[in-house]
Amino acid sequence: MYLPRLFAAIPVAVLLGCFLPGCSSGPRSVKAASVKPAPERHDAPEFSLKDADGKVVHVADYRGKVLLLDFFATWCGPCKIEIPWFTEMERKNKDKGFAVLGVSMDDEGWEVVKPFLAELGVNYRVVIGNDATAQLYGGVDALPTTFLIDQAGKIAAVHVGLASKRDFEDGIQQLLQTPVPGGIKPDKASVPGTSHLNPLPALSVRAK
Amino acid sequence: MTVRTGYHVNSNTPSDDYLIPLKLTWTSTGALEGGTVTYPKPTLEKYEFSEKPLSVFTGNFELVANFKVSANAPAGPGMAVGKLRYQACSNKACYPPKTIEVTAPYQVQ
Repeated sequence: MYLPRLFAAIPVAVLLGCFLPGCSSGPRSVKAASVKPAPERHDAPEFSLKDADGKVVHVADYRGKVLLLDFFATWCGPCKIEIPWFTEMERKNKDKGFAVLGVSMDDEGWEVVKPFLAELGVNYRVVIGNDATAQLYGGVDALPTTFLIDQAGKIAAVHVGLASKRDFEDGIQQLLQTPVPGGIKPDKASVPGTSHLNPLPALSVRAK
Repeated sequence: MTVRTGYHVNSNTPSDDYLIPLKLTWTSTGALEGGTVTYPKPTLEKYEFSEKPLSVFTGNFELVANFKVSANAPAGPGMAVGKLRYQACSNKACYPPKTIEVTAPYQVQ
């Protein structure tokens, strides 16, 4: 662009879309996965992250419970739709062997996350995640990404993007009603890998 | 700028305090001064995940930066370099905010 020694206006040309992850062939499809049969499940990767009180949280802390692990961010609109669902599910099912654990992917940390959680009335535990945690769970490029983890600590379902409330409810109930053999209560002796020794019949919940 | 079909980016004045605005800032302007950025008028779009319409940019849009050429600027080529921060979503998912380098070449006559 040639500029005379006067005021000049420069239009800036950038193709934004090409910098988006996975957008080379248009919008990424959003999956609403069904619960996998027990033999097809893989161990949920372990992490150590701190909650709002500074206490270290491990995935293994939830062994014996059905865990809904929700990767979210304050700047994520679809996450704000799902979080009230998870708050309700925590309230309804916490005495039935179910828990929700939120993993915030906000770079700014608790400074932005705490007010956000207070505004939404979140009643479950939340930790601050990082890139290393995301990589353990396959990258977590899109938010929300939510994992349903069975009582044995294995990933039973993954929802990428905004899923339906019904999908979550069905998956949670399916897992709660059919305990996995490896899903021994944390206060009892744990025998790693027993779910492989005694595989359950295939479970299937179809996403609507 | 072009946002691929099926995506949107928050405008420079998003509807919610939690949303990350699109913002262009200049880090180096060479022989130019100023660089005030004029953003286009955003559109208000309703998405599946939003209760109210969101202020967004979609498709093709232009950012215009206004510079003044320094009186003592030497004739010849130059480059204004800036950073563009944005955060994109589809109708069902959002992607982490990104900051990319933007360059605007110019020639002072």
